[in-house]
Amino acid sequence: MNKALKNAGGASVDGRLLLSMHRTMLRIRHFEETIRRLAASGAVPGLVHLCAGQEATNVGIIAALEDRDFIASHHRGHGHCIAKGAPVEGLMAEILGKASGMCGGRSGSMHVIDMERGNLGTNGIVGGGIPLAAGAALAARARGSDDVCVCFFGDGALNQGLLHECMNMAAIWKLAVVFVCENNGYGEFTAIDDVTAGPSLPGRGEVFGIPSEMIDGMDVQAVYAAARKAVDYARAGHGPSFIICNTWRFGGHHVGDKQEYKDDEETRAWRLRDPLLRSAKALSAAGIVSEEAIAQMEQDAISEMAALADGVRNGSEPAAQTLLEHVYG
Amino acid sequence: MDESRLMNFRDAVLEALFLEMRADPNVILVGEDVGAAGGVFKQTQGLFDEFGDRRVIDTPISEPGAFGMAIGAAMSGMRPVFEVMFGDFMTLCMDQLVNQAAKVRYMSNGAARVPLVLRTTMGTGANLGPQHSQGFYAWAAHTPGLKVVIPSNAADAGGLMRAAIRDDDPVLFFEDRLLYNSSCEIASGLPIVPIGSARIVREGRDVTIIAIGRMVAFAQEAADRLAKDGVDVEIVDPRTILPLDEATIVGSVKKTHRAIVVDGAPRAYGVTGEIAATIMEQAFDWLDAPVMRIAAVNAPVPVSRSLEPLVRPDANTIENAVRAAIA
Ligand SMILES: Cc1ncc(C[n+]2csc(CCOP(=O)(O)OP(=O)(O)O)c2C)c(N)n1
Ligand SMILES: [Mg+2]
Repeated sequence: MNKALKNAGGASVDGRLLLSMHRTMLRIRHFEETIRRLAASGAVPGLVHLCAGQEATNVGIIAALEDRDFIASHHRGHGHCIAKGAPVEGLMAEILGKASGMCGGRSGSMHVIDMERGNLGTNGIVGGGIPLAAGAALAARARGSDDVCVCFFGDGALNQGLLHECMNMAAIWKLAVVFVCENNGYGEFTAIDDVTAGPSLPGRGEVFGIPSEMIDGMDVQAVYAAARKAVDYARAGHGPSFIICNTWRFGGHHVGDKQEYKDDEETRAWRLRDPLLRSAKALSAAGIVSEEAIAQMEQDAISEMAALADGVRNGSEPAAQTLLEHVYG
Repeated sequence: MDESRLMNFRDAVLEALFLEMRADPNVILVGEDVGAAGGVFKQTQGLFDEFGDRRVIDTPISEPGAFGMAIGAAMSGMRPVFEVMFGDFMTLCMDQLVNQAAKVRYMSNGAARVPLVLRTTMGTGANLGPQHSQGFYAWAAHTPGLKVVIPSNAADAGGLMRAAIRDDDPVLFFEDRLLYNSSCEIASGLPIVPIGSARIVREGRDVTIIAIGRMVAFAQEAADRLAKDGVDVEIVDPRTILPLDEATIVGSVKKTHRAIVVDGAPRAYGVTGEIAATIMEQAFDWLDAPVMRIAAVNAPVPVSRSLEPLVRPDANTIENAVRAAIA
């Protein structure tokens, strides 16, 4: 199992790690599928943004972190929560606004905060999590600790001033922060090229002197390799990095979006690059596990998530008297 | 031993910072020119020398990002005091303040907290004009999850800053620049003043003036003049507007049966309306006259030496209002 793997991009990943990343990606995929079904049946209050297709960026980055490290996520953040260790039942219940949810049903999909696992939260404000992660890195520096902080954001946040302000500050103070753009080509219904100027996205980090690279976000090994480098660099006190993961959301912007703005050919091409197909292939090609075992892993993930749905859906609603709790300490 | 000292507002807040930064290594100061330069109003002098650049952090001019980072630092264990040079620039922090800081505790069901102080200056009277004179405390106080403090004198400023730094929720701390050089006797040790408690500045029988920030000094001036005519004014300084010490305000009005609420910020949808409505709800049957409101006009603050003083109340407007109320 410890056999080292080589992928096309040259990234080398330990077999055991690849297996565990594959399993986490499967769990995220089928968690999202369960949420999609629940949402389609009307069980999910409000808006829900699924990350199916983007699992490799979620998992490959977080696999390079220690438990004590911090992340800040965004509105498409269930995968980040799961990869950082959130209990899936509590997360599912939270998305359904239930009493047993991780945040008592008051945060829903877009505002889950999981301090126990260093997750500063999914976020309803595009770009809103960026300074939170950078600020956790500033705190680490003030404490003299070497905790690393990752902020995830979409391509839509590339044009928020907050990102550029925080990159500048992270660079001048050499903060241990990794900026991770999950570039899925669209912000809501708008294609990135229509709203994003300049010849180079990494250039947006390079102007601050931040090591920046664009990688294949559908390849969990490539993502992990980039993250490993950036996290080690940050932990060693050298400062921030910027990683742009090119990826694709298989579903709409939110559940219910028909995606008429997307081209079918493009979608088919990206489907073939499904990060799960890729890692499954790498696992069996390298003889880490058999194809049957991989299929069994997928069945396990499907059963784990599907088994939760009914219980969560029928769970109790938060009591009315909790409404005013935790406004203040 | 327990000698009190004469100290001004600026120095009292600075002393509060020294005391709290010495007591707790997690307290950090973040802002523009707060480091070696000692603050554009000389309000942070000496902190950098004692605590160094890891705890006294000069930021670029990036209020949204830097304030957002202060929130992230607070969530992960620090107690940042974030300085916004002029209150007017707080608008740049509004998203971070309202959508992140104020809601983190609630959204996390109590698991996360934001022990942070946003400290800023405000006030008319120095001809600084429309973009350097405003105090947005009423805006802030409309957001559940925040606390809002407006000290009117040096002792309260120092004591409330100590309480604000120790508080586990985000506290906004508004300092009127024209109070910076005003001094009072401060008990040794700079006693902590609890957030959410009003102060009866002066006891009286005939009318209650509830005054915010620098308006307290104007109310005192008016009260001194009125006393010569036998009018006995009680002055209540709420000190914090969120949470508001309703009991002290209402108790005073039940005693005097008349209330005038005075604020230096624009009147529309402001603090005077909130306090007047609270009095009407809780002390209507005790009132001998309608509650009066005096506040700034609904206009930007002009630079002109002749126009600027017309914007907000002063001792004369307060004196005239009292005479009308008791007539
Ligand atoms: C400040 C802000 N502006 C607009 C929105 C509405 N909105 C929610 S998601 C989204 C698109 C974000 O695109 P991107 O960052 O690329 O993330 P993706 O949805 O593609 O994962 C928009 C415009 C918002 N939530 N916050
Ligand atoms: Mg996008």
